[in-house]
Amino acid sequence: MIVVQPFEYVRAGAVAEAIGEAGAVGSAAYLAGGTTQLDLMKDGVLRPSRLIDITRLPLGGIEHHEDRLVVGSLTTMEELAADSVVGRRLPFVREALLRSASVQLRNMATIGGNLLQRTRCRYFRDRTVATCNKRAPGSGCGAITGAHRTSAVLGTSPSCIATHASDLAVTLISLDATVHVIGAEGSRAVPLTGFYRVPGEDPSVENDLRPGELITAIEVPLLPPEARSHYLKVRDRASYEFALASAAVAVTMRGTRIEAARVALGGVATVPWRAVEAEAVLTGAEASVALFRTAAHAAVAGADPRPQNAFKVELAQRTLMRSLRSVTGVSS
Amino acid sequence: MAFGVSSPTDQQVSQAEFTLRVNGEEYAVRVDTRATLLDVLRDRLGLTGTKKGCDQGACGACTVHVDGKRVLSCLTLAAQCQDRRVTTIEGVGDGASPHPLQSAFLQHDGFQCGYCTPGQIMSALALLNEGRAGSADEIREYMSGNICRCGAYQNIVSAIQQVAGDRGAAL
Repeated sequence: MIVVQPFEYVRAGAVAEAIGEAGAVGSAAYLAGGTTQLDLMKDGVLRPSRLIDITRLPLGGIEHHEDRLVVGSLTTMEELAADSVVGRRLPFVREALLRSASVQLRNMATIGGNLLQRTRCRYFRDRTVATCNKRAPGSGCGAITGAHRTSAVLGTSPSCIATHASDLAVTLISLDATVHVIGAEGSRAVPLTGFYRVPGEDPSVENDLRPGELITAIEVPLLPPEARSHYLKVRDRASYEFALASAAVAVTMRGTRIEAARVALGGVATVPWRAVEAEAVLTGAEASVALFRTAAHAAVAGADPRPQNAFKVELAQRTLMRSLRSVTGVSS
Repeated sequence: MAFGVSSPTDQQVSQAEFTLRVNGEEYAVRVDTRATLLDVLRDRLGLTGTKKGCDQGACGACTVHVDGKRVLSCLTLAAQCQDRRVTTIEGVGDGASPHPLQSAFLQHDGFQCGYCTPGQIMSALALLNEGRAGSADEIREYMSGNICRCGAYQNIVSAIQQVAGDRGAAL
């Protein structure tokens, strides 16, 4: 299997050069880890005429600050998982990373690329199928009336129910991480909570990036030292598989009272899903299984399931409840 | 249309020219920019030990080391590997002088058809270096990117455990 569309390969030596190359032709794309980009180019889903290899740019490495990390966008998933501060202060980020893909893919895949990874929806990835509004805007959604067991139940629209595949982004969105980008117009910072776009009428627009913009870093606030966190991922096989449902939870407790809670869901939504309704239920309340049930119920209140993925509404709640029991130590 | 006739698409093909360093040898190559490391290893350099399974990053048969880390050669462009150090199964050992891990795969019957084996061994070598062979469960988790359709997993784990144990004993 060869990449379908011939392309010009350009290796950028500096960030400014990369941005300039991206703006020079109509259909340029950046190449970092390549694990999504080349896969989809082989399938003919992505067909850039120019591929700008950014892997030699000085955008790797992790800066440690007292209250946050600044993670260079070319840091690999394995590198971030191995960071001692991540292990100590952001254990659920480490769990999400190590439950993603395989070691081979994690050695290649970058943090910037992970945030931009494309859906696993089979209608998007198979260009011999006519219908996919994300791949071919206006063509319809094959999944809604077709195979949708793994599709999303939250953040959907009549145009698209494709699930966002990232585990890492689920934890990062719960932490209020910030994406730093640079483009021809200069640099800007975008809160991750405002970075992703639910499908609406045009599912081909997935995020806030403007044409040619490049992610340079992700700023990740650290949890308080006393916080406890957990990323629970439920899937069809024990390893090397995408989530059917996942829950990222971080809490700060005083006795059995939850002082602060961060909650996000993965595997069930069109974007990494911050469960603010669940956070509101949990914050300031006495931890109990009944409370967790109320929070889980609130998290999926807006769910729009279909016949094959209706099980995800229950699965997401159970996943979140189990994760809450685990971090709080409260199981009654 | 006769084989080899240029179509308009062919004329747009972009070439890349560079030196590849594989198993300590240097190879000057000129390839279609679309060529993956896997295809160049197999079809241009004749290093067919690295296998093409799914060719889409799902099976691990194409696992090689780039700068000492295990990666998938099917999702790596050859052109990206200029100035990088590539190691394939041919650089690990051969029939005359097998690597201890290769011997362990033989002793433990860690394969049936053998197609996934080069990828399993390249992955397992990295796993040992990463310090992730502490238990059978840990080996299974960190070898999960290498699929064996014959289902030799139990014996693969045994082979890796033997080498991990021998290494531990040697410390």
